[in-house]
Amino acid sequence: MGSSSVGLEFHSSNDPGAIRGGSDPQSAFRGVAVFTKVVPLMSGTTQYAITTEDLGLWYGDFQALKDVSVNIRHGIITGLIGPSGCGKTTFLRCCNRVNERYGNVTTTGTIHILGKNIYDPDVSLIELRKSVGIVFQRPNPLPISIYENVVFGLRIHSRWSDLKRSDLDMAVEQALREVRLWADLKDRLKEKATTLQLEQQQKLCIARLLPLKPDLILMDEPCSALDVEATTAVEELMLGLAGRFTIVIVTHNMAQARRVSDECIFMLLGEVVEHDRTEDLFLNPKNTKTADYIEGRYG
Amino acid sequence: MWLTMPLLHRPKWKVVGEGLVEWLIRICGVSAVIFVFAIFFFVFWEAKGILFGEDRLDLWKFLTSEEWYPASESNPRYGASALIAGTASVTVLSMLIAVPFGLGAALFISEFCGPRLKEVLKITIELLAAIPSVVWGFIGITIMNQLVMRIFGAPIGLTVLNGAIILALMSVPIIVSIGEDALKAVPDSYREAAIGLGVTRWQMLYRVLLPAAKNGLLAAVLLGVGRAIGETMAVLMCTGHAVNNPFNTTFPFLHPLDSVRTLPATIAAELGETAQGSQHYQVLFVIGLLLFTITFVVNMTADLVVKGIKGK
Ligand SMILES: Nc1ncnc2c1ncn2[C@@H]1O[C@H](COP(=O)(O)OP(=O)(O)OP(=O)(O)O)[C@@H](O)[C@H]1O
Ligand SMILES: [Mg+2]
Repeated sequence: MGSSSVGLEFHSSNDPGAIRGGSDPQSAFRGVAVFTKVVPLMSGTTQYAITTEDLGLWYGDFQALKDVSVNIRHGIITGLIGPSGCGKTTFLRCCNRVNERYGNVTTTGTIHILGKNIYDPDVSLIELRKSVGIVFQRPNPLPISIYENVVFGLRIHSRWSDLKRSDLDMAVEQALREVRLWADLKDRLKEKATTLQLEQQQKLCIARLLPLKPDLILMDEPCSALDVEATTAVEELMLGLAGRFTIVIVTHNMAQARRVSDECIFMLLGEVVEHDRTEDLFLNPKNTKTADYIEGRYG
Repeated sequence: MWLTMPLLHRPKWKVVGEGLVEWLIRICGVSAVIFVFAIFFFVFWEAKGILFGEDRLDLWKFLTSEEWYPASESNPRYGASALIAGTASVTVLSMLIAVPFGLGAALFISEFCGPRLKEVLKITIELLAAIPSVVWGFIGITIMNQLVMRIFGAPIGLTVLNGAIILALMSVPIIVSIGEDALKAVPDSYREAAIGLGVTRWQMLYRVLLPAAKNGLLAAVLLGVGRAIGETMAVLMCTGHAVNNPFNTTFPFLHPLDSVRTLPATIAAELGETAQGSQHYQVLFVIGLLLFTITFVVNMTADLVVKGIKGK
């Protein structure tokens, strides 16, 4: 147990190499909100990774999210679809509070992640972001070496003296194996990450989340900058991670949403129109707007 | 066929006029280069007698001797090392003050403050850059002089420290504005990546921003140095104008409460009193060449460093 990480029951920052295995017996307890500094009362487990109630968000006086109430299940892949500008990115960015870096953002309602309200005053933004990883639309590796990109999270979340070279090496190998980059990059770890191909960059952006053992991985159109083959590769990678991580993926690509997601949320003009199992949403949409969208009648 | 007709019928004055304008623009374009070379050539021409002539200047002595007695009737001596030391001391000390302040201000403006405060600060700093150097000199002679005497108990306030503070105030705007540009050039996606992983503000600063902007920040510092080395008027007024080497082997090696005289100040003060073409006059031009070379090297380095950012 790292002495620096008060209350991180299952997330010792001292064993960075251990990426969570699928059969982790403690999975059942992962519902504890691990990003608070104070150990919360054991409220039991919750089956939902993200629960929002009447979430509203304004950029200045423009309302980008309206009364969004969703329950996103733990351990599955949830797709988030909707026409451009409907607030998908905004919703995703709310879930680890990156939106707050813009000064003019107002949020109302609540967001519970693993049962913990992330707007509670005792929430540590740093621990929250450690637990809720985000992959951006454009691959954005930092302009440092591949190796340093992967261990960046460990470096910022652990004390310098707690990081052993061998642990870091192991974390890099495990993370890169997980995203299937190890074979290609194992001899190039010292190279600058920004020189990689886009596909590799995006996989690296996923890999750098893994050593922190996040509970959720949010992906904002992770394939929109990639070609078909790279898209397939990233999708396979996502399916490989499913089950061990809760994944929310924003996509414009209906086929992709059908291929990878278990459940799907359709948003329109800042509101959630429909949330259902993916097959049901695509085969028997309950709302005519959903039907219109999946048949391509919106932009 | 008719499409080409108007071309055949262009009046002659139009054709000639266009050619003229083209040449004019071309001349404007290369004039900057011409001027630089012309100035260098002029300075060199005025100094060439003493560099290559009959009783030429002993360059080694010029660079190492501290004896600057150009006006002596019987035995004029031209040792510029005290002047070089004067320039070096004021520059070094002013950079010790200006670099932390300038870079700190650039970081604050670009990363830590709100948009309104940012505007206010940027405008203020631009105003700071617009104050003429003689006004700075004035402030040095009056306010800083008093302050240095009072706070440090120095007999005179016109010292290295005084000049360095004034020079620092003059270089800070350059360092801030170029440093801020360098930070602005760091893609926002880097910041988002780091924030997404949960960095604190300080980690963002030294793990992301400083490495990503280091070339630009270095260029900002070098341009500040260039400004400090070449500055004449303010330093002439603030440093006491005594030929003196403020460095020695006793702690703290650089003595900030000494009066000094710098290379540019010497030229400014003495050139008017020498007979044109005299030995003294020519030596002052050699000093000019020396200064020219130093600032040229500093600016070139800054330029190459900036290019380094774009090259990547
Ligand atoms: N920083 C911001 N400031 C002001 N308005 C914003 C900001 N970011 C987004 N918006 C607006 O909020 C609305 C929702 O934007 P958002 O980026 O969440 O949409 P999206 O569903 O992700 O769209 P896309 O599919 O094009 O990525 C849009 O109308 C957009 O113009
Ligand atoms: Mg978006």
